[in-house]
Amino acid sequence: MSLILSDFTVRAGRKCLLHIDSLTLPSTGLVGVIGPNGAGKSTLLRALAGLVPHGGTKHLEGAWPQPSQIGFLPQGFAVSAAMTVAECVLLGRRERLGWRITADDRTEVARVLALLDLSVLATARMDRLSGGQQQRVLLAQRLLRNPRLLILDEPTSALDLHHQLEVLNHLRTLAQDILVIAALHDLTLAGRFTDHLVLINNGRLGAASAPGQVLVANCLDPVYSIRSELLPDRHNSPVVVAHRVD
Amino acid sequence: MSVSTQDQSGFGRSGLSRMGAVGAALIALAALMVADLVTGPAGLPLYDVLQGLRDGPSGENRRLATILWHLRMPQTLMAALVGCALGIAGLMMQTILNNPLASPYTLGFSAAAGFGAATVILFGAALPVALWIGVPLAAFAATLTAAGLVYLVARYRGAAPETLVLAGIAVLFLFQSLQSLLQFMAAPEVLQQIVFWLFGSLLKATWTSVQVLGGILLLTLPLIAREVWNLTSLRLGDGNAASLGLNVDALRRRVLMLVALLTAGAVSFTGTIGFVGLIAPHVGRAMVGEDHRFGLPMAGIMGAVVLVAASVTGKLISPGAVIPVGIITAIAGIPMLLGVILMKGTK
Repeated sequence: MSLILSDFTVRAGRKCLLHIDSLTLPSTGLVGVIGPNGAGKSTLLRALAGLVPHGGTKHLEGAWPQPSQIGFLPQGFAVSAAMTVAECVLLGRRERLGWRITADDRTEVARVLALLDLSVLATARMDRLSGGQQQRVLLAQRLLRNPRLLILDEPTSALDLHHQLEVLNHLRTLAQDILVIAALHDLTLAGRFTDHLVLINNGRLGAASAPGQVLVANCLDPVYSIRSELLPDRHNSPVVVAHRVD
Repeated sequence: MSVSTQDQSGFGRSGLSRMGAVGAALIALAALMVADLVTGPAGLPLYDVLQGLRDGPSGENRRLATILWHLRMPQTLMAALVGCALGIAGLMMQTILNNPLASPYTLGFSAAAGFGAATVILFGAALPVALWIGVPLAAFAATLTAAGLVYLVARYRGAAPETLVLAGIAVLFLFQSLQSLLQFMAAPEVLQQIVFWLFGSLLKATWTSVQVLGGILLLTLPLIAREVWNLTSLRLGDGNAASLGLNVDALRRRVLMLVALLTAGAVSFTGTIGFVGLIAPHVGRAMVGEDHRFGLPMAGIMGAVVLVAASVTGKLISPGAVIPVGIITAIAGIPMLLGVILMKGTK
């Protein structure tokens, strides 16, 4: 069983922002969505998250998950509210919260904070955290929903190198049981950590396959308008070096 | 002012200390309400007021019972209820517009109420109802009309803060212009009545107004209580809130109508009382944080505190002729606002 998109279309008025004839992805694993700026990556993710209307069909193991089973982390996540990290994470189970915060609520919050190495920040105020720290807290908030499908729009964009690797490692672990779809800009990391890559270009599907088959010059060069150099490394996925096309 | 002991799990100030802050604010409110009952041209001492409260409205001392239960008590209760309604409405408005400068009047509701009241004051002689009931009814209806206009725009174009504010500004200028037109047409003595209404005064309070506004609060509070986690989630920003499965537009529209009901109930009987709905949410947030389970009650209590304090101040400034409370609210509230700013600066 798998995730299947058929005739999947997102429009803004008459303009077609995204059209995918057919796409099949595994039902678990880490899927990277790559493509240049404005290609339609965020549009695809927002449509999958149910935040923008779309035409066509989408299935994940038969039926599409309920909104409460989908964790979506968008771009532009800055939080200016003066609430603590734990209070912020708690809102991940907004639909289930009563007037009193229960012992189960506290335990679950502590669990996801520990999972993302955030326990020491539990009492810190969100509006005083760095962008990268906020990004990890909001990821923890989504994990609190125990999602069946986790959709992340550039989850490593504000992170330092250490935390990029940490977060991607966490996502790999999660992806053993659920489907994680993440838009990524770093092609080398995308190749190293993902099981499957989806290349979007001009609102169309450019390629969808294992990283080794997508991260090749004849796929990347015309889409990114670069001359790519693919260097072998010990992770069995290439280091992608981009050169300008003169 | 802030009661802040964080527990180690990070759930902000612990529920107990926040309850303590709410309790302390309630005690302050009760003390101010007694002070308001004691203060007035008739100069009742505290002992007599307490005696009158014990004896009830049908106490043997008729002079005391009349002053206390028929004149002062409705005004004091109205001050607390109006302050409470404006404080809660102010916090909800600041949250849905994501703007610390928002108040219940930001979207033109007070201008609409003023227009409704001015219409009846001007044409009251030709109407089949008495002014005391016609004016608040018209103010109430005009406020809800203004809210309905903003709601329709939000329904058609989405309820993003910019859309709401632009629609609100349009409503504000429309009703301000209409109100100015009525004032221009009015005879000097009618104009004076309109201006007095616009100042906002507790002298218009009666037991009827207390019952109506109390009823509106009883009606709306359970509906507001259902939104506390949604409103707290909205503080994360639209994108984050929506990705948590919250229908942000629908929430804004629901809250807009709750704000409209509270504001209409508050201004229709007392006129436009400014500043309370702006400052009370800030003071409340400084004391209990962003969690709307505590923030909304605290904003309501602090609104009541500001307005009752303003009422006391007004009577003390001019014991003979009571100054409209709408003029005093800023004077009474500014020390609190400065206190909040200074406390934030020292953290």
